[in-house]
Amino acid sequence: MNLRRDVFQAIADPTRRTILLLLATQSMTAGVIASNFDTARPTVSKHLQILTACELLKREQQGREIYYQLNADKMKEIADFIEPFRKLWDDRFNKLESLMKNYKST
Amino acid sequence: MERKTKVDAVDGKQEIIITREFELPINLLFKAYIEPTLVEQWMGNKVLKMESRVHGSYQFETRDDQDNILFRANGVIHEFVPNAKITRTFEMENTPFPVQLEFLEFTALANDRSKLTMHVIYKSVEDRDMMLQMPFAEGINMAHNQLEKIIGELI
Repeated sequence: MNLRRDVFQAIADPTRRTILLLLATQSMTAGVIASNFDTARPTVSKHLQILTACELLKREQQGREIYYQLNADKMKEIADFIEPFRKLWDDRFNKLESLMKNYKST
Repeated sequence: MERKTKVDAVDGKQEIIITREFELPINLLFKAYIEPTLVEQWMGNKVLKMESRVHGSYQFETRDDQDNILFRANGVIHEFVPNAKITRTFEMENTPFPVQLEFLEFTALANDRSKLTMHVIYKSVEDRDMMLQMPFAEGINMAHNQLEKIIGELI
């Protein structure tokens, strides 16, 4: 299994990115997370499942509730934690390059 | 695949340096940074404002198909030298990330090639590391209005 690729796939989805961002500052229950989206709750649960499976999120039982929190250490651990950031800029610059090459030839 | 874009982030420092060489003459590289319609295409955001001059400001925005604002960022231009330099601030609105300072240097290389060096200074080492861990926070995704409100209350 390519764990790193799974992580990239996990963060390729805008809803999952929003979930991670939402949890960057505090932990939340699935219900509270879901209340931030118009999407049906089972869909949000599915996203939480995927994020937990690739260890970007941790689940913590507090009384009757399960809280989700960001596993920042794991994000750092997963190979090179700068790579997604680099890739973001690489994608943008690749676009810029091909855009301007066409611009030149028109 | 060749890694054209390089990111240097020294441990414990509150800055990063992004470098990239382009197979483009410098005037076209620079143009891609100042023409709103071009910026929109490669950055993937809508450009609300783009005053490419000293003391000018700019603002980017992304909305989802339900017209919710996913991301909005703005900044002020401090230095503007065509085909050479842009120094500007960058701040994502309604997020916990503080404003950052960006030094963009455009260098001409031989044979229709050019280089961009982007030196970004963050408020603290922690802010830098958080930003590196949340690359998607920038440019792509902020949140629904409700989420923005929640995060706004946390700051």
